[in-house]
Amino acid sequence: MSDIVLDRVTKRYPDGALAVQEVNIEIADGEFIILVGPSGCGKSTTLNMIAGLEDITSGELRIDGTVVNDRAPKDRDIAMVFQSYALYPHLSVRENMAFPLRLAKLDTATIDRKVNEAARILDLTQHLDRRPSNLSGGQRQRVAMGRAIVRNPKAFLMDEPLSNLDAKLRVQMRTSVSRLQKQLGTTTVYVTHDQTEAMTLGDRVVVMRGGVVQQIGAPQHLYEHPANLFVAGFIGSPAMNFVPAAVADGGLATALGEIRLTDRLRRAMERADAPREVILGIRPEHFEDASLVDDRMRAEGDVFTGLVDVVESMGSDKYVYYALDEKARSAELEELAADSGSSDVPASEGQLVTRLSAVSPVREGDHHEVWFDLGKVQLFDPSTGRNLTLEA
Amino acid sequence: MAAFGGTDTRARKLRWSLLNTLVVVYALVPVLWIMSLSFKTPATLNDGNFIPREWTLENYRSILSTTEFLRALLNSIGIALIATAIAVVLGTMAAYAIARLQFPGKRLLVGVSLLIAMFPQISLVSPLFEIERTLGLFDTWPGLILPYITFSLPLAIYTLSAFFREIPWELEKAAKMDGATPGQAFLKVIAPLAAPGVFTTAILVFIFCWNDFLFALTLTSTERSRTVPVALSFFTGDSQFQDPTGSISAAAVVITVPIIVAVLFFQRRIVAGLTSGAVKG
Amino acid sequence: MSGERLSEDQAAPGSPADGTAEPGPSPAGGSGRGGRTGGTRSGRRTLTEGQRSERRLALLLCAPAALVMIAVTGWPIIYSVWLSLQRYDLRFPADQEFVGLANYVEVLTSSYWWTSFGVTLLITVVSVAIELVLGMALALIMHRTIVGRGLVRTSALVPYGIVTVVAAFSWRYAWTPDTGYLANLFAPGSAPLTDQASALAIITLAEVWKTTPFMALLLMAGLALVPDDLLKAASMDGAGPWQRFIKVMVPVMKPAILVALLFRTLDAFRIFDNIYVLTSGAQDTSSVSILANTNLIQALNLGIGSTMSVLIFLSVALIAFVFVKLFGTAAPGSDTEGRR
Ligand SMILES: Nc1ncnc2c1ncn2[C@@H]1O[C@H](COP(=O)(O)OP(=O)(O)O)[C@@H](O)[C@H]1O
Ligand SMILES: [Mg+2]
Repeated sequence: MSDIVLDRVTKRYPDGALAVQEVNIEIADGEFIILVGPSGCGKSTTLNMIAGLEDITSGELRIDGTVVNDRAPKDRDIAMVFQSYALYPHLSVRENMAFPLRLAKLDTATIDRKVNEAARILDLTQHLDRRPSNLSGGQRQRVAMGRAIVRNPKAFLMDEPLSNLDAKLRVQMRTSVSRLQKQLGTTTVYVTHDQTEAMTLGDRVVVMRGGVVQQIGAPQHLYEHPANLFVAGFIGSPAMNFVPAAVADGGLATALGEIRLTDRLRRAMERADAPREVILGIRPEHFEDASLVDDRMRAEGDVFTGLVDVVESMGSDKYVYYALDEKARSAELEELAADSGSSDVPASEGQLVTRLSAVSPVREGDHHEVWFDLGKVQLFDPSTGRNLTLEA
Repeated sequence: MAAFGGTDTRARKLRWSLLNTLVVVYALVPVLWIMSLSFKTPATLNDGNFIPREWTLENYRSILSTTEFLRALLNSIGIALIATAIAVVLGTMAAYAIARLQFPGKRLLVGVSLLIAMFPQISLVSPLFEIERTLGLFDTWPGLILPYITFSLPLAIYTLSAFFREIPWELEKAAKMDGATPGQAFLKVIAPLAAPGVFTTAILVFIFCWNDFLFALTLTSTERSRTVPVALSFFTGDSQFQDPTGSISAAAVVITVPIIVAVLFFQRRIVAGLTSGAVKG
Repeated sequence: MSGERLSEDQAAPGSPADGTAEPGPSPAGGSGRGGRTGGTRSGRRTLTEGQRSERRLALLLCAPAALVMIAVTGWPIIYSVWLSLQRYDLRFPADQEFVGLANYVEVLTSSYWWTSFGVTLLITVVSVAIELVLGMALALIMHRTIVGRGLVRTSALVPYGIVTVVAAFSWRYAWTPDTGYLANLFAPGSAPLTDQASALAIITLAEVWKTTPFMALLLMAGLALVPDDLLKAASMDGAGPWQRFIKVMVPVMKPAILVALLFRTLDAFRIFDNIYVLTSGAQDTSSVSILANTNLIQALNLGIGSTMSVLIFLSVALIAFVFVKLFGTAAPGSDTEGRR
């Protein structure tokens, strides 16, 4: 168990592609840290550099205070779980798990003991003599975990270890990975492109984009105080709504109507030298059916009336999509949408997503009034994407 | 497919069995015929019967007592084995590079070996004949081994690079993470996975070398390096009056046995080898 | 950088649970797949140490194979062109001299050459056509049979594996009067191998027997590419077995079929062993290879023999060219990167 420090770590691939740029992360002993970001943002590259599978172009990687840039993977005492599991097809489950111990020249009795112990923890005991090809996806995943934990390494690295499982199994395994990590207390770096996994698993989350770290923080912190448009759009599901806003006297002109500036928002604007235009972001869960809101709450928010496009009833609550007539999308928003590879960060064009109570009587085709919490509104600088609402 | 019901399945099975029988007959009749000839006595050799009326091992005894055949058999085995070994080693190296590494001239190499695979061997006979005579390679083992390597290399490279592409190379990384040196990663993880492909390729290349007639005919002149296919086409019988049919048939059967054995034991691998190379188009 | 990855991204923050496998680098990733994204922009100019050592290793690994192939084919080909421009008869070595294209004129005005050429073409076309049909049938049987698949495949490999000369002798004896079980099949007392037409038919038969399994294996590789679901969908759409074959399987298999045809056509054009054993080229059954061999090895006329060699080489190149141009046959292995 150990701490891992990435100090201005940069990776340029032989073909010239700059995959990771000046990444600084300090991972504490025993911490469970998540690297998250869209595909191609450099998560695997970062992980492989920690593993020693890729050279570090510049910067320093320290494990327990020692610079390990030039150490071979085998000398770093780190275990890794791969997305494809990378189980040795010609070896049985037992032999797969024993492989690192054999290489470490442990005696047979110790190897047996450790393998059996790991198999017990992972519920693989009855599969020990089978070949990986005869196992189900979930079992293979557990063998891969087993091969990592038998060694009792300084740290675990996991590259999308759950993404080859079906949705239900993934949720189950998520819990057991989390439990296992707590139980072993081993420093863990976990890569995923799935923000839900990131939010639920990690002590801290590192959001990356285009090889650059966007923000590091506890899941709840990222959710409440995203540093910029990208993080705001990436964290949270459904994604935050973004609407362009123009500063008008005393308020903001948006597709949600004229929005009054609360003190908090006014301070944010002042800090940013009173820009003419901003991007307003608000999460779906900060809306509520106006008819279900009491006066006190109403005073802290604002209301918007729009045409209800689609209603998705989730049982516990309702997702209500409003059509917005929104023409001016900022270049930043466009780029963001392209970047995360999907059209629903920020909410797909001209659409507002809200999450309302299940009891809301809203119906498709209605003109319906929703309330939103002004206290949760965030403002972003359209040119830099910076979150203006963050108090320094 | 299974939803077609019981009686129907039986009819289908019958139909397939018939078709299969047809294939088996097609494939085996010429082989059985030459075997039959090899067991016939001189007296019944010309009776035109598919099954011998009198059985004898005389033909085998007679060819196995001539150096003409034994020497040819030794040549065949030696030359084919050496050529196979070299072609597989060189092919493995090249195929690894093609499947795994990025380098300029990769396409050129693939293209050239494709050209060679389709090359009319007869076009090489005159220059090789002349060059080998000058270099003293004519009528020697190396004189045959060289063209065999050349013409089996494309086959080896294709089959092997198809196999190599299938190996999950992430395993190499996994092994390194598990504490293996690059050498250990190769020996303990990659080599065991590559071995079946290399073995299959070796069988295919061996079959290719074993089968050659044209080079063996034109680049040899004596028993020193003549291989069985050529030797048996030169059989004349012990005396002028003796019909060589029996000896030729026996010799033919002897060189067919290794092939039949290989096919029997490694059918699956051979099919995989031939088809995997083909679809990587 | 990121824009190019656009289409690959499935998992958006808006869809937490359904973002399955990230379609990121394939397992082969790592070094195998360099030149993407930034590669085209800046990769050409700067070679890093890693890239250079990868190239060095690759060249080192390929060099022996490439050298052998070039030494044994490249130089002799040039040499054979040179020989074809000489009068060079080993029986009269003193007469060797440069004669320009005289050998070509001699060969191309000789009726032997054109007869052989015609015979070769005939055998090639007829045998490849029959093989395609039989091979397809065999491929279907091997691929789809519900009983005895191993048995069928094993038997089918026997003709592929057997030494051509051995098979040729089997056919020769089968058709030899008195000796053979087939000799009296058509006309009692006849000698089929001594008549041009029937001899050619037997040569074709021998060739077809020997190489159909190979064709079938190549086609079977193509069959394996036809998704079962596609056939099911077609039968749901009302296609009968024959329609499924013609309208679904054949188009999907087309690349495999063309490759198989190309391979077999070029191979058939070189036919030698079968003819050598069955007729030795008597009764005008010589193929071009047989004729060239006769001139080279029996007549020891290296000049004329080499001329024929060069002409055969050109014919083969022409056939390959026509295949590639006309049908767009993708040479197998020509596309080592991507696609699959
Ligand atoms: N071996 C490589 N050579 C060149 N570029 C690479 C290589 N591996 C990854 N890249 C590039 O580096 C960037 C980051 O890749 P990666 O770390 O795999 O992303 P992620 O794991 O976040 O999806 C991508 O643009 C990718 O194309
Ligand atoms: Mg990745």
